[in-house]
Parts: sequence; C-alpha cells; structure tokens
Amino acid sequence: MAKGNRKVPDINSSSTADIAFLLLIFFLITTSMDTDSGLARQLPPPPEPDQEEQDIDIKERNILIVLLNAQNQLMVGGELLDITQLNERAKEFIQNPQDKATLPEKTEIEVPYFGKVVTTANHVISLMNDRGTSYQAYIDVQNELVRAYNELRDDIALSKWHVRYEELNEDQKSAIREIYPQRISEAEPRNYGGKK
Amino acid sequence: MGKFSKQGKREMPQLNTSSLPDLIFTLLFFFMITTTMREVTLKVEFQVPSGTELEKLEKKSLVTFVYVGKPMEEFRKVMGSESRIQLNDQFAEVAEIQDYITQERASMREEDQPFMTVSLKIDEHTKMGIVTDIKQALRQAYALKINYSATRKGPGAQ
Repeated sequence: MAKGNRKVPDINSSSTADIAFLLLIFFLITTSMDTDSGLARQLPPPPEPDQEEQDIDIKERNILIVLLNAQNQLMVGGELLDITQLNERAKEFIQNPQDKATLPEKTEIEVPYFGKVVTTANHVISLMNDRGTSYQAYIDVQNELVRAYNELRDDIALSKWHVRYEELNEDQKSAIREIYPQRISEAEPRNYGGKK
Repeated sequence: MGKFSKQGKREMPQLNTSSLPDLIFTLLFFFMITTTMREVTLKVEFQVPSGTELEKLEKKSLVTFVYVGKPMEEFRKVMGSESRIQLNDQFAEVAEIQDYITQERASMREEDQPFMTVSLKIDEHTKMGIVTDIKQALRQAYALKINYSATRKGPGAQ
C-alpha cells in the first residue's frame, strides 16, 4: 500500500513551444498582409432587352463630358485639359458658385441638419473613354473626380461640424451626400449619345 | 579578495523557458487573425494603378476577384503576351465572366448576396477595351458593386 502524499507527475511541456512554432511558421508563410484597397464604383444596371433606345433628357448645361482618347489626352467640356486641372474644373462644375448659365442649374432642396440648400442636384459627369485608353489614365481621371467630390464634402463638413467628412456619423454623411451627390456616369462603349 | 578566488565549478544557471510557449502563442494568434489565405495561384502579372482616394475593401468573404494582365512568363508560349483575364485558377474569356459571377454568388449565403463586390485587379498598362468588356459583362451579371483595385500614391506625387 502506497502511503499518501503521491505527487501528480508534471506533464512535460517543453514541446509546446515546438508545436506553437510549427503553427506559427505555417501562418507566417500563408499570410498576406496587404489590405486591399481601391476605388469603389457602382455600375448602372443592364438595359432591359425590350427597352427601346431612348435618350434620357438631360439639359446640356447639366452635363460635363469628360473624354479620354487613345493617346490618354483629356477633353473636358469641349476643351483640352491637363489631368492636374481636372479637379478644379470638376469642382466648379459641381458647385457652380457664380450661378453661370453654362454650368448646372441650381435647385433648392430640403436637407436634414442644413435646412433649405441650393444645390446642383441634376448635374451629371459623363466619363467616356476610347478602347485604346490606358487603364492608369482612366483610373487617374476617376480618382480626380472622386477627389473633387471628397474635397467638396470635406469643406462643407468642416464648415458645419468642424470635422472631416470621414469622421461624421451616418446621418450627417447622408445629408452631405444629398448636397453633393456623386453622379459620375460611365457611358456605354461607342454609344456616345448622352446616355445616363 | 575572497570574492574572486572562489573555487570549484560554477554552473551556468538554466534559462527559464517556461514562458516561451506563451510568447509564441501570442505571435501565433496575431498571425492567425491577420492572415488571409491566398486562394488562387496567379497566372497573370499585374501592377495595379495608383490613386489617392481609395477605400478599403472590407469583408473578404464578399469579394470576388477578377485579374487582368499579361500572362506569366511560362504561359506566354501558349497564351501570347496580350492581356488576359484570369478567374479562379485559369485563364478565361469575357464570355465566361457571367457564369463565374453567378457561380460565385450562388456559393455565398443568401443574405450576403446583395453585398457582393467584385474587385478588379487590372494591370495599369491594360487597354480600356478589355476593361469595358468586363464592365459590360458584370452589368449583365448584375454584379454592380465594383472596386478598381489600386495602391496608395505617395504624398506629394500628383
């Protein structure tokens, strides 16, 4: 009969480290740390097969046509521009600060937090490209247009709430989105009609 | 001088390694959480364009990838060096995109399906023709949320 005081033998745990190392190395190898980022866009739904080709009536002053040709040259609203000027041009078009007759018409809408605001709610930036345009040039243009919108939204957020647009809550964001709706239309290829 | 004239074997004290597994486990958990398994083997080379106004792509499980670029060196003999589309593990034609999207969508949970995003990883030197074709195909497949994958441009660069 063994007397009491029997010790439970220690489990040898010196190999736990090895097991953990093995797992660690596995995850180290399979990991890819790069977070994916990119320009988010929304495509228009496909045209209905039975839908007749109809031109959606948009007043000429409400459209800014951005054309990108096979040589990556940029034409905005009928004039040749450099990519660095596009941001300013787009901002002027979206805001129409001087209420010019050639820029989008203004309409008064009711927006939460802001009350009645005069905006260019019907403006459309129509982006057209050639099949030979390079992808980088196309992304550059998209990027500049999005930047114009983001800067305008930031401006209004800073003047109203003193924080950047990104830091606002969802309601405030959607209010600002109503004032500056992102309306970039990507025309169908070779259909250079003013299709929305 | 007694301090220095100590005689006899001096043993190196054993380093206590009992906390080593804990350390390793911490690292392990870090990598387990941040890891995303690479699902496909790339057959095309691409360098995505750069931009500044980027948004992060969240919820990897909702994202479907379409790769476009030149075939890798070893496939050039068969495929040529024109830009090609890769879906999953193989080269594909524009016409196959719609089936691919439908298939990918079917494998998602039903409540996730409206949030499906297609990430277009396209080489910066690609011509827009093929991109336009892909966009049309995606429209037909009702995959309307897309993301043009891009890298962040360094500050100061225009």
